[in-house]
Amino acid sequence: MSCLQTIADYGLRSIGIGERLLPREDFTLCQQFTLIGSGMIWNVYFGLIALLTGFFLATAVALGKASSNPLARKPSEWFIFVFRGSPLFIQFFFAYFAFLSLKSVSPIFDPFTSAWLGAAIVLFLNTAAYSGEIFYGALLSIPKGDTEAADAYGFSGLTKFRKITWPTMLRLAWPAYTNEAIFLFHATTLVYFSGFPAWRQKGDALYYANYFADKTFNPFVPYPILAGYFILVTLVIITVFGLVNRRLNRHLPQESRGRLKMRMNLIR
Amino acid sequence: MFGFCADPDTLGNVAWMACYLTTGKHMAIYLSVGTVLLLLAITAPAALAFGFAGASAARSRILPLSWLGRGYIAVVRGVPDIAFFLFFVIALDQFFEWIRHEVKCPDWDQPIRQGNDFVVCAEAKLPLGNAAQWVHETYGFFLAVLTFAIVFGAFAANVLYGAMRAVPRAQMETAEAYGMSPRQCYWRILVPQMWVYALPGLSNLWMVLIKATPLLFLLGVEDIVYWARELGGAKTARFTDYPHGDWRMWYFLALLVFYLLFTRVSEIVLDRIMKRLTHGQATSGGEAQRKAA
Repeated sequence: MSCLQTIADYGLRSIGIGERLLPREDFTLCQQFTLIGSGMIWNVYFGLIALLTGFFLATAVALGKASSNPLARKPSEWFIFVFRGSPLFIQFFFAYFAFLSLKSVSPIFDPFTSAWLGAAIVLFLNTAAYSGEIFYGALLSIPKGDTEAADAYGFSGLTKFRKITWPTMLRLAWPAYTNEAIFLFHATTLVYFSGFPAWRQKGDALYYANYFADKTFNPFVPYPILAGYFILVTLVIITVFGLVNRRLNRHLPQESRGRLKMRMNLIR
Repeated sequence: MFGFCADPDTLGNVAWMACYLTTGKHMAIYLSVGTVLLLLAITAPAALAFGFAGASAARSRILPLSWLGRGYIAVVRGVPDIAFFLFFVIALDQFFEWIRHEVKCPDWDQPIRQGNDFVVCAEAKLPLGNAAQWVHETYGFFLAVLTFAIVFGAFAANVLYGAMRAVPRAQMETAEAYGMSPRQCYWRILVPQMWVYALPGLSNLWMVLIKATPLLFLLGVEDIVYWARELGGAKTARFTDYPHGDWRMWYFLALLVFYLLFTRVSEIVLDRIMKRLTHGQATSGGEAQRKAA
């Protein structure tokens, strides 16, 4: 079987298009590249969904935590504490079984037990908590002069927030937020190992890498392939976030522009 | 466990719960909390040792050693962590078996990788085929600890490497001016002073390490996640004296609370240690303490 044929058969296997049966023996390098790459669709999907939706909740949570009103502050503090203080792995398990119990209450909860929705919700809440803490830290370190100048020019309320506070917060938080994004994409690999079933063997990249490692007893091929794909994703994230970073800092003198520093962190 | 547990069907709610939570299987889950703590107790110093070795190698003046240290830090940190856990367990196992194979069966003529199989001679198997169950479990745990130490060692190496560079240059220059050799400078000036710079990073790492312990489950160790799934599943009256529905949600809620408490307590303790370490240091934290006193 030629490699192009393999790509046609397995390229979209992770979302259920193409050959139904996974290869069982005589695994070729091409099959491993194709299937693991196909699994990356899920990793990118989870990462993007969580990042895009989590961003807004994170802003809200950060504002809540910085607010002087205890009605807004306390829930935000607890939200951040619960999601940052416990392992994501356990959160996945808990959410899955919680959705499973809710399923018996009402059929509305049916889709929640499948990974595409249930795991996405957990990741959304989790990344909202982590980035909320980052944004909160940035909110506290906005230079006093900036807000005073805004007051002096008659900015107030929503305009002040939209034009001064929020862009400055994002500018200060951006390097840390980039790391959080990279970190989030790495965390997506946990989904199919934590209760959420890979229905009809439609799994993510690590699921397929693990499949090959189990079948061939040779971890030295699939895992480096997986690593290669993730390094690629990381580079894309750094590029995209770097562009945004440039835009956020475009009004600053060249020297003082914050450079994106790579500080990889790890499992949560 | 308790005397009144002889016939669970007749018990009231509280007594039933007391009996249920002290069955033999539940003792296993409490013991597995001990496994987690044991893992932390062994891994933390081991990772610190790996990290110290890595950081020292990375700042070594011997070029190949420096490359080795930097490479170790860069490779382990650049790749998704879980992939590393899954990878190292098989890789280390095969590595050990291969070494033993080379030593014990030098006259073996077949290749080790035969298609989809990894074949070593019977004497080189780890653990030996006829070994007791506890040997298998201990070996699995040992592999898990080693994997954790390697992965977290790289992160610790990065933290310590940064801390070593954060020690004010003037301190080292003074040591050199007093005629200390590079070795003396390193052990008497750099190493004692770097900890205060390393502690924020290390305490962060400790938190992450705590939160990584459920991954033991993926490495095939019977840890709390394993037992929570086992015990929580629905049980019918045919197989147990304590039938119940699907309680896995509650078991994982308990685990969630356990980890929350654990991280919170660590946070408080680490704050205390930080205060202690900052005392008398030439940092802004130390300066603030001096002014407050």
